[in-house]
Amino acid sequence: MIPHNETMMLKTPFYSRCLAACEINMWEDWKGYTTPQAYTSVEQEYFAVRSNTGVFDISPMIKYRFTGPDAGAYLNRLVTRDIRKIGVGRVAYTVWCDDNGQVMDDGTIFHLAENDYRLCAYARCLDWLMWSAEGFDVTIVDETAEVAALAVQGPTSCAIFKNMGFDGIENLKPFGLTRYPFEGSEVMISRTGFTGDLGYEIWVDPSLAETFWDRLFEAGKHREIRPIGGHALEMLRTEAGFVQAGVDFIPAEESVRTGRSRSPFELGLGWLVSFDKPVFNGRKALLKEKKEGSRYAFVYLDVEGNKPAEYAFIYDGDKQVGTVTTAAWCPTAKTNIAFAQVDAKYGKPGQELVTEIYYDRELKWTRVMAKCTVIESAVFNPPRKRQTPAPDF
Amino acid sequence: MIDLNKNYDVIVVGGGHNGLICATYLAKSGRKVLVIEANQSLGGASATSEFSDQFSVSSCAHWLFQLNPDVASDMGLNKQGLELAARDLNTIALAEDGNHLIIDGDELEGAGISDEDRVAFVAFNKQILKFSKLLSGAFNRRAPKLVEGNLTDRITLAKLGLGMKMLGKADMSDLMRLALINIYDVMEENFDNDLLKAAISLDSLLGSHMGPRSPNTVYGYLYRRMGDIYGFNGPAVVKGGMGAVGEAMAKAARASGVDIEVDTAVSKINIDIDRATGVTLADGRVVDSGLVVSNADPKTTFNKLVGLTNIETGIARRVKSVRMKGDAAKLHIALDSLPTFTGLSEKQVGQRLLIAPTMNYIEKAFNHSKYGEYSTAPAMDISIPTTHDASLAPAGKHVMSVIVQFTPYELKGGWNDENKEAFKQLVIDRIADYAPDLKDKIVASELLTPADLEERFHIHGGHWHHGEISLDQILTMRPFPGASQYGTSVDGLFLCGAGTHPGGGVMGLAGHNAAKEIIKRGKSA
Repeated sequence: MIPHNETMMLKTPFYSRCLAACEINMWEDWKGYTTPQAYTSVEQEYFAVRSNTGVFDISPMIKYRFTGPDAGAYLNRLVTRDIRKIGVGRVAYTVWCDDNGQVMDDGTIFHLAENDYRLCAYARCLDWLMWSAEGFDVTIVDETAEVAALAVQGPTSCAIFKNMGFDGIENLKPFGLTRYPFEGSEVMISRTGFTGDLGYEIWVDPSLAETFWDRLFEAGKHREIRPIGGHALEMLRTEAGFVQAGVDFIPAEESVRTGRSRSPFELGLGWLVSFDKPVFNGRKALLKEKKEGSRYAFVYLDVEGNKPAEYAFIYDGDKQVGTVTTAAWCPTAKTNIAFAQVDAKYGKPGQELVTEIYYDRELKWTRVMAKCTVIESAVFNPPRKRQTPAPDF
Repeated sequence: MIDLNKNYDVIVVGGGHNGLICATYLAKSGRKVLVIEANQSLGGASATSEFSDQFSVSSCAHWLFQLNPDVASDMGLNKQGLELAARDLNTIALAEDGNHLIIDGDELEGAGISDEDRVAFVAFNKQILKFSKLLSGAFNRRAPKLVEGNLTDRITLAKLGLGMKMLGKADMSDLMRLALINIYDVMEENFDNDLLKAAISLDSLLGSHMGPRSPNTVYGYLYRRMGDIYGFNGPAVVKGGMGAVGEAMAKAARASGVDIEVDTAVSKINIDIDRATGVTLADGRVVDSGLVVSNADPKTTFNKLVGLTNIETGIARRVKSVRMKGDAAKLHIALDSLPTFTGLSEKQVGQRLLIAPTMNYIEKAFNHSKYGEYSTAPAMDISIPTTHDASLAPAGKHVMSVIVQFTPYELKGGWNDENKEAFKQLVIDRIADYAPDLKDKIVASELLTPADLEERFHIHGGHWHHGEISLDQILTMRPFPGASQYGTSVDGLFLCGAGTHPGGGVMGLAGHNAAKEIIKRGKSA
């Protein structure tokens, strides 16, 4: 048990190392854990991932473990993707919905072994998971505090792992997972991440966390390995086109006002919905939506100029047709990108719209009406993300 | 009989009275209907069974007092042989000293009743029946959804709203006030006589898991008095026991072309991803149909027949949350001759007899069941039907049927033969306080705890009403939001039992309304 009554902010298993590295002492609250927003400079950390390797402590990510004869069937009813197609040793990105087909959260499912899965989520949802377990022979455990995890992301990440002695890691395919002996125990490595780059996530027992960190940074010191904080990750995921729960959509169970939640189709995640499988949460509502149409469309916008279109309204002529949820200047793609929600009839790729951007220069607020174009896909998508064997830089 | 070549439009799972009523209306609308019943007899909890050699009794419900007259007439129940052995009986609240209170419609006698109470009782009845009458307008139609603004639903809501306005300012504010408080407080406001207050309180909570001080008991009382709106001026005894109601309904159903298969359990409602396609029987046979209508309670329907893994989490959560733990047992006693109740004439022994001396007596009895114990001084509703209908027992002999209120479904340590026997003796002792020669006349006896009722009638929790009748589980919340207009989240699967609006009791409107809804939806059902 986590002693909430004794601890205002929890510390991750890597806390001592994060603390030592966090030169500018910028911390934030991530689901009750204190984690660095930045260690030295956001730009340096961003470029570490795009040019070398950045290390992000993902231990606070909510992790549930599902075991038992019905674990697979249980998850298949819970989430929108067809879990039957995710073999042992594979990882799948998915969303899960309430009965109204509204997205509760997105995350990844790790098929660890026969009848053994892990779900990584943004939000705690044990109550929903337990309600969903009625009638299934499945055991559900919140193992957030029992697993230490790091994202090791960037072009040199594979080479660093090879330096650590993880032979053959280059052959791990995207969304695959593998295990290596480590200090008399084991480390699990998955080729997954939230940066859109070549990269891995590692999963170890918390008792080995500090040792792993030390060995990793030792192995990577000649390849400019560097810890990164939440701010750099935000730039990275925007460039890579990944939506973020709580930012790009309100988890259905957290939304208070009617109509504020979104379906997978309305988040551009329709490809995660499989109607070819038995009943799953939201199926009926999503079938109806597919037939009758969605309320909103999710779009990537390429915005003119270099001012991030944060919180901007989007217009078609005089008509306001949507709002921006995420916006950033993306240094590698050299694009001013925005994620937006627009009315369903807008948002065809190539369509031109206008964003209303406010910015200040020394307390003088200015407005620009910047043209923007709907683009088909994320702006950063390098071949190394997919290449197997993974390239060595 | 099942005719597999018939291509049934509708299969009704369960031949309870609501299932038979629903089936009959659907058959009359031209649909090919099959009713499948697990037990030998039809009628569900409206049943008669022989519990000892040649002694029979209504084994669950024992009074008829709420049957909707339109349903009875549409079914032609009189023509099908339904006869009442007695009707409009008095309710007699027993006092240990023999100074009983006799309730005969608006009239009160005995128990030192004061003139003030007599006057207050007339006024109380008048107001309660006004409220029940208002509610009855929403009973014979589907419960209106509040949000979607469907015309039919709007009319129902408008009728209810207008009806409330028409009550007048004083009654309207009284209704809104009373509906949310408890019967104990209402009794204290109106009456002085302990027996009267206790008798009305008992009526407000019979069969439920509530005491007089529990919220929702006033609604329970309005629900009970719906019988008055339907032409009953007190309970009736059915000739041949309550099973005769089921038999008459089965005859009506068959006469309308319904096929009925008894002694055949349905093990599963078959679902092809989104749609019910028929049923699988316990013997493995599969019967296909266009629609499946479940007369089973919502928990049995979804937990056992559909399977919680085959519906979405939100619905599974709602099924799980339905409150339906029965708290009433049935005691059946075979008697060598009619027992003598202190202070009652032989004729009066055939009336409805209550053992509930005070409201606190009932509340204390409830306390036990709250903590998983059986009550050491339970409240009771006693019927000796053989005083009106000799057919239930050998000549000159009698049967006594007792509803024992506050017998928990889940007893601490579980119901076993030993504690069942102990409880049965305790109940008999308690009745013997009022009828001293009772024990000498007992030939045989049988106690059915809520757990036994569950097993015998396939009702989850042994709850007569297939779910507590309370404000959180009525109208559009019955059995739960999302299944309140008889349709469910599974296309082609409907509910028609007491768990749906308006609720239980041998009333018949749930089955009636479900059929009307299916007919109304036509091809889209």
